[in-house]
Amino acid sequence: MADSKKRDKRTRIPGPSSLASPMGTAMLESTAVLLRELVSHLRENRTQLREEWARRITESQLLVAMTQEEIFKEATAVYDNYVAVLETGSVEALEAYARDLSERIIPRGVETREVLGIVLLLRDVLARSLFKKYQADFGLLNRVLDAYEPAANRIANTVGVGFVQERERIIRQQQEAIRELSTPVLQVRERLLILPIIGVIDPQRARQVTEQLLRGIRANRAKVVVIDITGVPSVDSTVANHLVQTVDASRLMGATVIVTGLSSEIAQTLVTIGVDLTKMKTIGDLQGGIEEAERLLGYRVTMMMQAPEQTAAK
Amino acid sequence: MRVPILKQGGYLIASIQSALSDYELLQLRDDLSAQVGRFRSRGVIVDVTVLDVMDSFAVRTLRAIAQIGHMRGAETVIVGIQPEVAFAMVQLGLALGDVETALDLEEGLALLDLRTKRGESHVTES
Repeated sequence: MADSKKRDKRTRIPGPSSLASPMGTAMLESTAVLLRELVSHLRENRTQLREEWARRITESQLLVAMTQEEIFKEATAVYDNYVAVLETGSVEALEAYARDLSERIIPRGVETREVLGIVLLLRDVLARSLFKKYQADFGLLNRVLDAYEPAANRIANTVGVGFVQERERIIRQQQEAIRELSTPVLQVRERLLILPIIGVIDPQRARQVTEQLLRGIRANRAKVVVIDITGVPSVDSTVANHLVQTVDASRLMGATVIVTGLSSEIAQTLVTIGVDLTKMKTIGDLQGGIEEAERLLGYRVTMMMQAPEQTAAK
Repeated sequence: MRVPILKQGGYLIASIQSALSDYELLQLRDDLSAQVGRFRSRGVIVDVTVLDVMDSFAVRTLRAIAQIGHMRGAETVIVGIQPEVAFAMVQLGLALGDVETALDLEEGLALLDLRTKRGESHVTES
């Protein structure tokens, strides 16, 4: 609403004009005509505008992760796509290009700020050139901008959204990968399982880990389980509660659980926030945990150092 | 249906065959209590392998069986709690307290051997 009013006002400023008749098919046609004119203008000045844009990008310290040549190459591609969108009005090709571009530049650490920055810069560079070209005829300039601005904004939007979507896709993919990092339940000795947990424990994962462990206990007829949480970055009361539940559930199935790998920071945090783990058997590191487990199971590990000599003596 | 209670040496084995009503649970408790006295048993095993649900009443009764047995001189071991049941129990906060548990009947017997033959020297569980 406000937009159309503004447009009306703008088109009225130049005074008598065939375009003053608002919002008709004539208007749409004239927009198309103007866009065509615009496109040919951008085609003609391709080299110069492109260079101007690349220079402004470097000046603004954008895309610092990329070399001059790369910037220029991408700038050319974006420029051509830009013109193509203005000409055809279809953003599909640009969308595909933006996705492809994002895929290439995200791993190199290019940020959203930079991508939006360069697209907006191009918008400014082109607008400036339009100002320069039509400065004599203010009315015409207004009409050209009316045609140009929505299209330019749509392009900026498309590229920005494309970039953000690509990022989100990568983030989702990584989350999935983290979630699927299976938590293996491994048997190290008859009746002794170890369960190394790496990464963040959330309620969903805690549930999955517990279920896997319980199944493992039944399948391997385990008596002792060593849960190693060296790879868990932080333990709060929620995580501690999950651990306690896992330990209790294992105990119901007749298995003793030893928790290892509580770092001193984590231990201090747990004491500070008042989590009671006294019911849990905890041992400093995985080695100690396995040794304790072996003791519980009645294993005695001895060195075989002298064995070859003894056999030789016999 | 009454839960069959088998006498195996110095131990009693209560092998639950199907889901139990509250009344049947209490009956099991009373039967075990009586038989521990009659056979002078040193240990009791309650096999719950077939139970796929364990409500608070069942848990309380099992705890009662263990405590009664203890007072009459028999150690009680609950065996065969299924993974799903164990998980549900901890989620619902149904604790068996100090009652011993074991994976299955074989484990339960081994545990009882350990507890009763070696006297009070508890090796596992601090």
